[in-house]
Amino acid sequence: MKPSLHVVAPGLLTTIQDRGRFGYQHLGVPVSGALDPVSLHAANLLVGNPPDAGALEAACVGPTLAVEADDVRIAVVGANAAIDILPGVAAESGRSVAGLQSVQLRRGEVLRIGALTGANVLYVAVEGGFDIEPMLGSVATDIRAGIGGWQGRALAAGDRLPLRQAKSGQRGEVCLESFFVSPRPRIRVIKGPQADHFPDSEVAAFLGSEYTVGPSADRMGMRLTGRKIAHSRGFDIASDAIAPGSIQVPGNGQPIVLLADRQTTGGYPKIATVISADLPALARLPVGSKVSFEAVSIDAAEAARRDYVAELAAMTDKMVPLRRAGADITAHLQECNLVSGFIDAAA
Amino acid sequence: MTDYRLLPAGDTALTVEFGDRIDRQLSNLVLALARCLTEASIAGVVECVPTFRSLTVYYDPLLLPYSVLSPRIARLMQGLHATEVAGRRWRLPVCYDESVAPDLGDVAARTNLTPAQVIERHSAPTYHVYMLGFLPGQPYMGDIANELALPRRQSPRMKIPAGSLAIAMTMTCIFPSETPCGWHLIGRCPVPLWDVRNDGSMPLLRPGDKVGFAPVSLGEFEGLVAKAADGQLVATPCDDVRDAAA
Repeated sequence: MKPSLHVVAPGLLTTIQDRGRFGYQHLGVPVSGALDPVSLHAANLLVGNPPDAGALEAACVGPTLAVEADDVRIAVVGANAAIDILPGVAAESGRSVAGLQSVQLRRGEVLRIGALTGANVLYVAVEGGFDIEPMLGSVATDIRAGIGGWQGRALAAGDRLPLRQAKSGQRGEVCLESFFVSPRPRIRVIKGPQADHFPDSEVAAFLGSEYTVGPSADRMGMRLTGRKIAHSRGFDIASDAIAPGSIQVPGNGQPIVLLADRQTTGGYPKIATVISADLPALARLPVGSKVSFEAVSIDAAEAARRDYVAELAAMTDKMVPLRRAGADITAHLQECNLVSGFIDAAA
Repeated sequence: MTDYRLLPAGDTALTVEFGDRIDRQLSNLVLALARCLTEASIAGVVECVPTFRSLTVYYDPLLLPYSVLSPRIARLMQGLHATEVAGRRWRLPVCYDESVAPDLGDVAARTNLTPAQVIERHSAPTYHVYMLGFLPGQPYMGDIANELALPRRQSPRMKIPAGSLAIAMTMTCIFPSETPCGWHLIGRCPVPLWDVRNDGSMPLLRPGDKVGFAPVSLGEFEGLVAKAADGQLVATPCDDVRDAAA
């Protein structure tokens, strides 16, 4: 049988995502991709994948996945959640593991991820990745268009996600001791492209107000609630393109930040655009979070992006071998396959 | 010299805005600049998205900072003319039978025309494909006859079938896949516009293409739908749709 992960429970909205589908927006194809590319990058590094490889993105509640392969190495990065490895599908308890580290699971074992807290999404990367053909150059799932990922949709119970590797590589486990999440008191934006559709006083009010991440945030957009923003000449514009992080203001005056699954074009004025270095930090914010914005220059945004890219590149050097407490050494040795036969002897 | 504005859309996109309205002249400028930029193949440009009245250029600022990209666009603009970009010509079969045109009667009533007059006025012009958007491969075509221009429906439908032919404001549209929709449905086109899932395939219509509609009966429509389902309906430009099996 093909090595795979069997979806025992899909979680609330679990999709396969990579960095996105570029080059087809002029044909109406959204970019999609990970809401939090920093966490995707980290999860992939921990299992030895290229940093942009496709991984599972889970929102709200994580999936429960049974291993149908000799063994697999996985890493979970992003929101906080209970991560348990159960001995089988019927088991109720098992060992719990931390995020930000690689861990090996054997055939029949079950990875169970609970409710997410502290952030919007988390990523489950698998060594070798999923054996899924890219569509238009990407494995990112676009649920609305029904393309990419696993059958163009979110995972469902009973799915079997094919793996490229039947066995994980022989190596020790690693962890990331520090992890940059660019926490910023204020998210940086560049004004426009349609800041001139708002009175100066309304632009100032937008930048001076605190907003709350509304309950209907999804992969397409983050709806903010707070100070309503008035337009100076109506809220309908002839559609133009929607860049990532565009903050559009529809008729009700409540801003919406457009995220990964945004449509390629749209017809509301965009008061400002979140800079690329701060977009992952914003997209990570869970419902109810407070957020405010500050305007920066293009030069400042480009400098911030250079720092962001440098931090991503430096992440590789921050990976260290997983240290184990003495009491845990047996499990550690088992995981490292250093004591083959031990399990049989103990059984 | 063409009037335009460069509007930063964050630090990875730049919108070249030619105007604020839907206009054929503006569209020609947008498409001309898109072609210019494609031909210039500037390192660091990721992709360009043409819309009714602007072109958005996505770029990697670490390879191509704004301070380098903006003067390059300004130079391209100097040689730009609003000449019609040569698009392909299409004549697509569409069925206006009321069984596949749930809003035809309503549109007729609201425009003080008979359904036959609505069909006649909608199928007479050759339309310009301004842009693709909303759904993969979805063409915004215009302009429709002034007397057919209506605002969108007050209550959008939750789901319309793939191939729905619709009008709203000054535009007509064929929806490539099932979708929620607030436009007025006046017919159905049997020719698949894009099966995105068929890897390597591309959308039938592109910005700048010219599209005419050939009304067909419900019987002919059903026959064409059956052929399309078998992959036997192939549209070719500059000609009527041909039956590949014939």
